[in-house]
Amino acid sequence: MRALVWHGKEDIRCDRVSDPGIEEPRDAIVKITSCAICGSDLHLFHNLIPAMLPGDIMGHEFMGEVVEVGPGVNGKLKKGERIVVPFTIFCGECEQCRRGNFSVCERTNRSRKLAEKAFGHTTAGLFGYTHLTGGYPGGQAEYVRVPYADTTHIKVPDSLTDEQVLFLGDIFPTGWQAAAQCDIEPTDTVAIWGCGPVGQMAIRSAILLGARQVIAIDCIPERLSMAEAGGAITINFEEESVIERLNELTDNKGPEKCIDCIGMESHVSMAQPDTIYDRAKQMLMMENDRPHVLREMIYVIRPAGTISIPGVYSGFSDKIPMGQAMNKGLTWKMGQTHVKRWTDDLTRRIKDGEIDPSFVITHTVGLDDGPEMYKVFRDKQDSCIKVVLKPGQEVTLQ
Amino acid sequence: MTYLSNIVRSPGDPKVISSGASSLGTADRLARALGWFSIGLGLMELIAPHRITRALGMEGQESLIRAYGAREIGSGILSLSIDKQVGLWSRVAGDGLDVATVMPAMRDDNPKRDNASLALAMLLGVTALDVIAAQSVTSRHSRSSRQWREYSDRSGFPRGLEATRGAAKDFQLPPDMRAAPVLAAVSDQPAQERARSH
Repeated sequence: MRALVWHGKEDIRCDRVSDPGIEEPRDAIVKITSCAICGSDLHLFHNLIPAMLPGDIMGHEFMGEVVEVGPGVNGKLKKGERIVVPFTIFCGECEQCRRGNFSVCERTNRSRKLAEKAFGHTTAGLFGYTHLTGGYPGGQAEYVRVPYADTTHIKVPDSLTDEQVLFLGDIFPTGWQAAAQCDIEPTDTVAIWGCGPVGQMAIRSAILLGARQVIAIDCIPERLSMAEAGGAITINFEEESVIERLNELTDNKGPEKCIDCIGMESHVSMAQPDTIYDRAKQMLMMENDRPHVLREMIYVIRPAGTISIPGVYSGFSDKIPMGQAMNKGLTWKMGQTHVKRWTDDLTRRIKDGEIDPSFVITHTVGLDDGPEMYKVFRDKQDSCIKVVLKPGQEVTLQ
Repeated sequence: MTYLSNIVRSPGDPKVISSGASSLGTADRLARALGWFSIGLGLMELIAPHRITRALGMEGQESLIRAYGAREIGSGILSLSIDKQVGLWSRVAGDGLDVATVMPAMRDDNPKRDNASLALAMLLGVTALDVIAAQSVTSRHSRSSRQWREYSDRSGFPRGLEATRGAAKDFQLPPDMRAAPVLAAVSDQPAQERARSH
């Protein structure tokens, strides 16, 4: 089969690889109909997440048709069924899963020992990601093996298109969890840093959850225009001061809730000298993350406010002003998304016409064009915000 | 590397049979090669500046060569990074400095004039390569800041924005997901009395 394979920094190739097969009783094989390039794939593309190996198949946002099931799936999934696969693999049986904390499932990470060394305790296995989270082959491919498939799936109605439900596997529940864990009140101002795909979903989620005002911060005009279409007041940080504008919009009190949809790769610019400092340290492998957004959020947020972090951080971050955070009495909520926890509710909202996540798709191409689209997406060329890949189709669809 | 890393994979995991087109373009590969070259040259300049000055008839300039070595390593690291444009343009600027430094060695009374000529020719060749690489990489990875698509028709709300504001009021946040009691309700009742009434 064909798959997008990681070969090193900025080197993704569309390779021919051997087909996956059933390995464990709870496995299923899924024929991929649609998959997407996610913002966190770019961290791997930049080789900023440790423990990737040449030959790893990329992709953790995908859906398709079940073509084979293992004997342990016990009828919970049948051949021919159409499913979206959550990026967090979960067993549904361990203590964390029974609490609904699927992204920290205690059993699905097959590199458990490595994860325990790196994180202190294991977290869930993830598709198409580092070997710290199991190194499971991802879904930017024609076929994928889904471990623990009897639990790790989201059945989707045939009445909805792939484009409407594909993002249930990652960015939609990620944006939703980011907003939900802010516990939004009708009087709240929610400030969201980053108008990439997760940021766009967080904006819509905050609107749906009834925030008084949603403010989106970015510097890419097409992303800001999409954020505005979703109901956000926008701030272009290359044209105005984020701190001043946020204070102006909140009677100098600061936003109650701040969401970081950027994570470890803050935009580097001369106007923000700390980002240059972080980039230099990151390049010299003296720091993993560029936490400019965290610093800005901690500074501008209203005391006793809540910071929500769906953006990915990989390791050590430097110069985090814990003094400000502590003295302001902030609450921090963060983590990989407990996808399955939200997807029944979100599927219903899509079906009821409350939201149609396909709005975010700007490019649709075949799998062969995948490597080039990594570059286009990373360089924000051609007004690219979200790329969907169609493994079964050869022709560039656009 | 791919074939070596296959050894540590689970037996059932797909393995690469043949490689296809890469996201790395020719310009990116050239940048990478120049980055490694820069680091190699920089190390040589740092470790053995005497050999270079002796070969070019520039004795006494060892400290300068060492400083250039540090500069080369910096440019090399940048050229190997995702900010390779910056690294390559810094190499072009460095090439200018190198040429200016070697030029005085072209004087007639320099017994190593031939070596200096050869070094200058090599420098000019590398400068041409650096300019080509810097221009190609810049053009390959830059985005047009003027031409961008307007997405103002993409609300994502089929019923319209205003009809959708607060539509998820029915959403029940799981108790463990609640934020701390942020900004508890504003009340004129003293906090200690409110605490007592609970």
